[in-house]
Amino acid sequence: MPNAEHQPLVGLFVTCLADMFRPTVAFATVRLLEQAGCIVEVPEKQTCCGQPAFNSGDRKTTQDIAKMTIEAFDGYEYVVGPSGSCIGMLHYYADLFDEGDPWKARAEDLKARAFEITSFLVDKLDFDKISAQYDGTITYHDSCSGLRQLGVKQQPRKLLSKVDNLELEEMEEAETCCGFGGTFCVKYPDISNRMVSNKSEFISASGADTLVGGDLGCLLNMAGKLKREGKSVEARHVVEILAGMLDQPAIGEADADKYALAKQV
Amino acid sequence: MSKAEILGNIRRGLGRGEPNATQRAAAESRLAAKDNNLIPKRALLPQAEQVQLFKDMAIEAAAEIIELASIAEVPMAASEWLHKANIQELITASSPELKALDWSALGDIQLSERVGQVGDMASITSSFAGIAETGTLMLHSSSDSPTTLNFLPDVHMVVLHASTIVGPYEDAWKQLRTAHNGVMPRTVNMITGPSRSADIEQKLQMGAHGPRTLVILLIND
Amino acid sequence: MQIKSPEFKENARIALQDVGLQKALGNLKAGFPVKRAAAVERMPEFEDLRDQARDLKNHILENLDIYLEQFESKVVENGGHVHWARTSEDACKTILDICQQVGAKTVTKGKSMVSEEVNLNEYLEKNGIEPVETDLGEYILQLREDHPSHIIAPAIHLNLEDVSEAFHKHHHRPKSDDPAVLMQEAREMLRKKFVAADVGITGANFCVAETGSTIIVTNEGNGDLTQTLPKTHIVITSIEKVVPTLEDMTLFQRLLARSATGQEFTVYNTLSTGPRREGDQDGPENFHVVLVDNGRSEMVGTELQDMLRCIRCSACMNHCPVYGAVGGHSYGWVYPGPMGSVLTPQMIGIENAGLLPNASTFCGKCESVCPVRIPLPKLMRHWRENEFEKHLSPKAVRYGISGWGFFAKRPALYRWVSRSSAWFMKKMAGKKGRINKLPLAGGWTDWRDMPAPEGQTFMDQWKQGKR
Repeated sequence: MPNAEHQPLVGLFVTCLADMFRPTVAFATVRLLEQAGCIVEVPEKQTCCGQPAFNSGDRKTTQDIAKMTIEAFDGYEYVVGPSGSCIGMLHYYADLFDEGDPWKARAEDLKARAFEITSFLVDKLDFDKISAQYDGTITYHDSCSGLRQLGVKQQPRKLLSKVDNLELEEMEEAETCCGFGGTFCVKYPDISNRMVSNKSEFISASGADTLVGGDLGCLLNMAGKLKREGKSVEARHVVEILAGMLDQPAIGEADADKYALAKQV
Repeated sequence: MSKAEILGNIRRGLGRGEPNATQRAAAESRLAAKDNNLIPKRALLPQAEQVQLFKDMAIEAAAEIIELASIAEVPMAASEWLHKANIQELITASSPELKALDWSALGDIQLSERVGQVGDMASITSSFAGIAETGTLMLHSSSDSPTTLNFLPDVHMVVLHASTIVGPYEDAWKQLRTAHNGVMPRTVNMITGPSRSADIEQKLQMGAHGPRTLVILLIND
Repeated sequence: MQIKSPEFKENARIALQDVGLQKALGNLKAGFPVKRAAAVERMPEFEDLRDQARDLKNHILENLDIYLEQFESKVVENGGHVHWARTSEDACKTILDICQQVGAKTVTKGKSMVSEEVNLNEYLEKNGIEPVETDLGEYILQLREDHPSHIIAPAIHLNLEDVSEAFHKHHHRPKSDDPAVLMQEAREMLRKKFVAADVGITGANFCVAETGSTIIVTNEGNGDLTQTLPKTHIVITSIEKVVPTLEDMTLFQRLLARSATGQEFTVYNTLSTGPRREGDQDGPENFHVVLVDNGRSEMVGTELQDMLRCIRCSACMNHCPVYGAVGGHSYGWVYPGPMGSVLTPQMIGIENAGLLPNASTFCGKCESVCPVRIPLPKLMRHWRENEFEKHLSPKAVRYGISGWGFFAKRPALYRWVSRSSAWFMKKMAGKKGRINKLPLAGGWTDWRDMPAPEGQTFMDQWKQGKR
């Protein structure tokens, strides 16, 4: 628990998708961490967690990226990112190195410090002073790596329950994969499509107006499908709602001006 | 020579040659000890509760249970059941307890002592134990208990003494070893309810190849 | 069985459009996973049992040669025979020899995936022996000249009409749309076969080293008739199925049915120990066990050793969203789903089966339900690495990953690529906020929109001091 004497120094693992697609997610993560009393820095040397190489069987490239990331986050008390999948990948680094390799010990050390944002706030900091409002009904998709590798399930729900006016309506099969799977969605596009179509049906059936999740990959996939199907359900990353950063249109929605206009109409 | 190649591969994978005495120790002590693994709490009840659990679980598995005060009541109970089902013949196993019974209560139902055959409508056998954990019967083959009686007839009636009901499977194994000096009978049948299949559209249908009905005659001894 | 794994993508494409198959797969999804969850709920010790089962299997594999030899000696002591088969060919040949020695014309078969693996039926037929499948699902498939698409519910890909059609054609009776009537028909037809068979062949779920027993687990009772009525009983099984004692077998029994069908216990758990004893009134006079290797012994001591813990419950495929979408036949060989994606490359070669371990989102559902905690995603990744090292991965993947890796290892360059891509995609999207068609990303935009980036990257904005 942070207190006046101790402000944890957190290195933000931005994730490439937040960096490129949705900076708001990274800014919202920073805001939440600061609200929880952390000092946040963004190490320059980070790029991607290396998961595309890892899951394509390219161990050498994965190791190189792992070493770079380990170095980038040396000296931070914690490493926190807005993605169960990317933080999960950081946890896999230790498996890349042989017993006795000094990099293995450094990777283990990183693993002990690396957290997905909602689990960091709840499990590590016991923080729940969320001051945000959301006028709508959401449904929550549990992304696979966060859920099954890192045990992220109740944490986002606990935090969301503190958001004023927000209602949570659980969908059927919230824990079933959305079909994104990194390179899977382009290697096996029609299977991926079936999975995300099923997901889209469950989302609609929940009656929620907003889909919320903790991983941008999955959210881009599901939002892209919902929009292609012409559905009105919007998609947002959980930190946007928790930090009250809702200025940007939801994922895949029209530009801000037009968006505001459409809302008025 | 397949055997040598297979064992050779395994040993290469394990990073050793033929196991020496030290390397054999772990496996041999396990074989000798026959220790229990984790037994679920459900199976660790006082005997009276085990009998109740057995009944509940067997009924859940779609077995029928008829409770009797003594084995002498078996012929009458069987007779009533078979008359109601309009079955005219009962094939019995040769176990001493069944042979010792006065079967006159069967009336016009014919009693035959033989192995099971295609077309048999009903059989009656003894049992070795009941396992409360899942309502499972344990039967085994012997000169007086042909296995075909457990599978060919449409109706299988099994005499079970409440005193032979144990909690977990493990207790049944231990009793089986004791009863047969460590020699396994040729066939041991653990039976939990009547035959069924869900191979057509995952819809459960009773009576696939084995008995359509399993009647447990539970002797509260 | 013909290998169709290299056509996985095409198989999947067809499967996704097959209305009947999709309907049938719906039955699976609504059935096994729900029932398993309920069974697990009733067994508070379930997770601890899984831990113990994993540890016990590891112990067995560390002592596999010892337990196998012990098992063999006990079978022999009880008057049975053990045959070791290095390959499918060895296994088939061994079984044919036994059948010929007893002058067999027809054999009945209980359900056995190992017999599918070695392609036994075809081999026996070619040599003039008629194999008759007796498991209801397998029987339906045999009539249709089809193969299992699931390891415990072999005909899961069929609907009632398919079964009705096949029975009508072969039994020459009126069609019925009542599963109970159809099952009754099969029961009657197979009664005659059970009695007429010279040999009965079953698989084994476990082989008990302590006693030399093999055990089969069935709901129908077909395996029991198969092994009790003919004069000769042949068990075809594989080397990793050995367990030390009856108590050890019981640990796996507690997990098997619950993980598979969600039953508390399967109806018939039957142990066979040698041939009939003196004085017995029935039972087989000859008892043979064929221990099949087929690449398993090479897995010992490697990362794939964990796969040898598998008890063939099917929980991994029952819960797999990819299996649920495309069905078992898409995988193109005997073992489908996650366990198949690990095992098949070992048995038919990664060059034939490379698409299988790639056909996973690594969602981890399979591992989360595996009763012996096999790290299936990790083992599928093992094959992807193997494929990558052997330069068997598709060129697009290899070049794509090395190109991407080049940038990912250089933060400044990576920034530049992210910045340009964000700018470009934002531009393409215009005010719509999403892109309908993106060059080089057809796999994505054929099916869904690509949400547009906000514009500037986070790293750029952060550097500019935005908070």
